Amino acid sequence: MRDVAIIGIGMTDFGELWHDSLRDLFVKAALAAMDDAGIAHLDSMYVGCMTPGLFTGQEHIGSLLADYLGQAPVPATRVESACASGGLALRCGFFEVASGASDLVLCGGVEKMTDVSGGRATYALATAADQDYESFHGVTFPGLYAMIASAHMAKYGTKREDLARVAVKNHANGLLNPHAQYRMPVTVEQVLSSVKVADPLNILDCSPITDGAAAVILCPADKAKKLAKGRAVKILASAHATDTIALHQREDLTWLKSTAVAAEKAYKMAGLKPADVDFAEVHDCFTIAEICVTEALGVVKRGKGGEAVRSGYTARDGKFPVNPSGGLKSKGHPVGATGIAQVHEVVTQLRGEAGKRQLKKARRGLTQNMGGSGGSAVVHILEVMR
Amino acid sequence: MITPPVVRRNTPQRYRLEANKCAKCGKVFFPPRLVCDACRGRKFAPVTLADTGKVVACTVIRTPPTGFSDLSPYCMGIVELKGGTRIQCQIADCEPERVKIGLPVTLEFRRVQEDGESGVLAYAYKAVPAR
Ligand SMILES: [Zn+2]
Repeated sequence: MRDVAIIGIGMTDFGELWHDSLRDLFVKAALAAMDDAGIAHLDSMYVGCMTPGLFTGQEHIGSLLADYLGQAPVPATRVESACASGGLALRCGFFEVASGASDLVLCGGVEKMTDVSGGRATYALATAADQDYESFHGVTFPGLYAMIASAHMAKYGTKREDLARVAVKNHANGLLNPHAQYRMPVTVEQVLSSVKVADPLNILDCSPITDGAAAVILCPADKAKKLAKGRAVKILASAHATDTIALHQREDLTWLKSTAVAAEKAYKMAGLKPADVDFAEVHDCFTIAEICVTEALGVVKRGKGGEAVRSGYTARDGKFPVNPSGGLKSKGHPVGATGIAQVHEVVTQLRGEAGKRQLKKARRGLTQNMGGSGGSAVVHILEVMR
Repeated sequence: MITPPVVRRNTPQRYRLEANKCAKCGKVFFPPRLVCDACRGRKFAPVTLADTGKVVACTVIRTPPTGFSDLSPYCMGIVELKGGTRIQCQIADCEPERVKIGLPVTLEFRRVQEDGESGVLAYAYKAVPAR
C-alpha cells in the first residue's frame, strides 16, 4: 500500500442554512477543498451522507454531486454508516489512493437536515437504531444515549454535572470556531436547567440539527509535498469496526466496543500508543458520548471519562485536548458531514492554522466518528508532514 | 414501519416472545438468529423468553418521534429478563420519572404506538412494575 496524504480541506459554515440545497452545500465545501489543494480535476470521489432520502427525498446523490461539481463522468460513491458516513467515506478514498488505483480523490460528507420538521428529523435519525427492536418501541437517539448515561452513572458514579461540563468545554471551544453553529458559552447551570429531552439529557447535552458539508482531497504521500507546499498531512492509520446496532444486545452498555476495537487497530497500524497522540476530535453527539469515547480510545481509564472533563484534562489547554473545534455539540452535527469536518479540524490544527483556538502541541491528531449508538466507529490518525 | 407484512412477520416475537437457543453453546437470541455470534453454530431450538425481569437502564422520552406524541412523556428501558436476555421496551403503568435501575418488572401485551399511515395497530410487549 502507498502512503496517503491530505492536501486540501474545505467546509461550509454549519447551521440552519435555509437557502442552501444539499447539492449546493456539497459543492461549496468540495470547491473550497479543491482550491485549497490547487487542483481542478479529480480521479474519483466518495461522499458520506446518512439519509438524503428521508431528509430531502433525494437518493442517487453520488452522480448528482459529481455532476454539480463539474466532475462527471468520474466515479462517485455515496457511503453510508449512519453518523459515521463521513469517516467511512475517508476510509474508502484512503484505500483507493493507497492501492494505486487513483491519485486525486475527494472524500466529502454532507447532510441537509432542516427541510423536514423536528419530528420527521427525529424519525430519520432513529432509523440508525434497530427498527424492529428499538425504534418500534419509541426510543429516540437522545433516549439511547440517555440510557447509556443512566448505566454509566450507576456503574461508575459519574455525576450529572460531569455530563454538563462536556457541553461547557465544547461550547467554550466552539466560540472560537468561525464555522460553528452555536458560538455561545454555556454554564453548568444553564445545561442543567435547559429543556429536558430524554432524562438525564437536556437540550444542551445534545448536538443540534444542522445543515453542512465538508471535504478533503487525498493524494499519494510522495506527491503531496510538492502539491501542498508544506501543508500536507499524512494519514498514519485508518480503522473501522462494528458492533450490534441494538444497544440492549451489548454486554456492557457503557463500553463502546466498536470505538475501542477501531482505536486499537489504528494505534497498531500507526505503531503508536494513545500517549503518542496530542489531541482528538471525537463524536460528542451527546455529552455522555464524549465521556464514553475518551475511555474507549484509551485516553483515560474505564469509568474515568467524567473525571477527565471535570479535572480539565480534556480542555483546550489540558494535557489531552478533546474537540478543540467545539465538537458536534457546538460546531453542529450535519450527520454525514461530521466525520470529514473532524478531519478538517485536525488538519487545520496540524497545519498551525487554527487561529485563536490553535493548540500549543499539535503534531499528531486522532478522529473518532461513530454511527448510531456505537454500532459502527471509524478512527483515523493524522500527522503533519515536514 | 407498521404495514401488514411487517406486523405479521414480527408477531411471534411481539406477541409471544419467541426466541431461539444455539444447540451448540446455548446462547439465547431474541429475535431468533440464523447464525450464533458466539460459536457460529447454525442449529437452534425454539425457546420462549421469561416475562419477568429487572430494569438495567432507563430514560424518560420527552421529545418523541412521529407516532408517539400522544404518549409523551413515557419511560423507555432496557430490561434484563430472567434467564439473562435483554430487551428494549416502554415501561408503563407508573410515573415515568420514578422508574429506577433495578426495578422488578413484568411484561404485558399492549398497544405500542399510534395508528400509522396504513392504519394497522401496533401491539407488542411493554414492561410494568411487578405487582
Ligand atoms: Zn453458539
